Amino acid sequence: MQQDRQHIFDKPENVRRLLRLLYLICALLLAADLFVHRHVEHGWESLWGFYAIYGFAACVLLVLLAKQLRKLLKRPEDYYDR
Amino acid sequence: MIASLPPFAVFFAGAPLVMLLRGRLQQGLLLLIPLLSAALLLGVPEGLVVKVQLMGYELTPYRTDRLSLLFAYVFNLAAFIGIVFSLHLHDRLQHVAALIYSGSALGAVLAGDLISVFVYWELAAISSVFLIWSRRTPRSMSAGWRYLVVQFLSGLLLLAGILMRFHETGSLAFDYIGLDAVSGWLLFTAFGIKCAFPLLHNWLTDAYPEATPTATIFLSAFTTKTAVYMLARGFPGTELLIYIGAIMTCFPIFYAVIENDLRRVLAYSMINQLGFMVCGIGIGTSLAINGAVAHAFNDVIFKGLLFMSMGAVLHMTGKSRATDLGGLYKSMPITTGLCIVGACSISAFPLFSGFVSKAMVMTAALQQGHDWVWLALLFASAGVFHHAGIKIPFFAFFARDSGIRTGEPPLNMLLAMALAALLCVSIGTWPALLYSLLPYPVDYSPYTVTHVLAQLQLLFFSALAFTWLKLSGLYPPEMRALNIDAEWLYRWLGPRALNRLTPVFSRWHVRTRSGFLRHLGNLFGTLFLYHGPQGILARTWATGSMVLWVVILLGIYLIAYYY
Repeated sequence: MQQDRQHIFDKPENVRRLLRLLYLICALLLAADLFVHRHVEHGWESLWGFYAIYGFAACVLLVLLAKQLRKLLKRPEDYYDR
Repeated sequence: MIASLPPFAVFFAGAPLVMLLRGRLQQGLLLLIPLLSAALLLGVPEGLVVKVQLMGYELTPYRTDRLSLLFAYVFNLAAFIGIVFSLHLHDRLQHVAALIYSGSALGAVLAGDLISVFVYWELAAISSVFLIWSRRTPRSMSAGWRYLVVQFLSGLLLLAGILMRFHETGSLAFDYIGLDAVSGWLLFTAFGIKCAFPLLHNWLTDAYPEATPTATIFLSAFTTKTAVYMLARGFPGTELLIYIGAIMTCFPIFYAVIENDLRRVLAYSMINQLGFMVCGIGIGTSLAINGAVAHAFNDVIFKGLLFMSMGAVLHMTGKSRATDLGGLYKSMPITTGLCIVGACSISAFPLFSGFVSKAMVMTAALQQGHDWVWLALLFASAGVFHHAGIKIPFFAFFARDSGIRTGEPPLNMLLAMALAALLCVSIGTWPALLYSLLPYPVDYSPYTVTHVLAQLQLLFFSALAFTWLKLSGLYPPEMRALNIDAEWLYRWLGPRALNRLTPVFSRWHVRTRSGFLRHLGNLFGTLFLYHGPQGILARTWATGSMVLWVVILLGIYLIAYYY
């Protein structure tokens, strides 16, 4: 079929562009916290950058913990069939 | 008259006809069944109660109210989407099993008494196992057996609970149950098994990924969501459910991060989504219940969409492991796009369906002062974006190029996915569509600046975390391996312990047998003492404790049979 046509993410600069867009959006969202007055249900929510920091920390914690869990849980694919 | 013809009857009547037909006629009939059933369902008024007298018992096989109708609508929709997705198949077994399974799920949520619920509960278990077996591999065969044993265990507890409850209250009506009596606990556990409560969850992650690409769509829609309906009907406001739900949202995401089979990642992610529903039911305020059932509605569609996209990948490439896939966006761009819509919906991006339902549960948790539960749900929200929102599309369609060049799946598969994607976006952009169907009046608006900003911050910074971990090489690589879970107890420890114990037991058996025969004479004397005219054990037993003992015996038999 389409013998190795260049696809959008085959070019490293397109990946770089996408990442730069992500960084920009993150920066804007964090900056918005300075201007937007929140109608919150809970005090924690009104802390500056609460959701951003919580989301970032949650994901890092999740992945690093899961990585450690692998040491405990990982078995060969045919473990139950042996 | 026509209006009181229950929609599930169409599925049961249609199934044998589908068996007889073939080719275009069969396809036409398959499509007609859910459409006809939908027409009946849309015509039925709220508050319909059809009662039947059977052997002196009053049964209610057909009852409609806002709660049961909402689930019936989404089940009918899921059946239609599932049928479109599997229309290309020439497999009668699978078509018939799917129809009976869909009919049973509809029957279960429209049933107004517990005996009818039990009948559909078992029918769903039996018909759905054929969907797993229809993969026709040794793995799917054994996974199917394990699945069936667990489903029957749930059915057994359900039956015992029903009999005890009937003995206590004299009624078979299915309304609020609560945990005040033993019967309540039995029913709670029966529903909990099918709802994949922690430690009782492995039948789901074991069996669903072993089913065929098309069968998984039906499986993912019905069994667990029927259980959610049962909990919403019988146990709203049960505090225990809040904590069970919170645990369900959190622990599966760790497994989802390190799981290699992408359909198993989705199975773990399903437990995570069920956690939000269970938690909402436990909180029990009208906002929370609305949120829980709205999320069930949305989950059927977006989880179906994600399973369909991975099913399409499996159908076209024969692979579903992250280690074997990658770079498929080049040859399956439409499937990629549709998968991303599903990923955005499950991650609760604004303008997609998950956003308008999940937040109701989280707001309710805060309003009721469950701060820690709220933090757990927020953690799980970031986590679900990470494993279902990013991991699924990233490893299947992007990541490194696996070199696989294939094409888009058959048109019917694309259409089914497109329909689901359309629903995700429609509900997300126009939530009133769904809100008007909810059991309680809705006084909630998801699109406030505060909420949209908070959710975007949470999601984009989760994406940032993924990017950072990936670029810095900290992200754990995908590996061809499995991860042990609670199922280890019955898939590894159980059989081995039994192998060890059998010789010990048989030696003991030989020795005690001779002793037993010698003492048989004495035994009869003792028996007469207790069971004779004046014996204590000759007194009448309560039916309740009888039922419990029968259940224990049957349960032991079921487990023994499995090994």
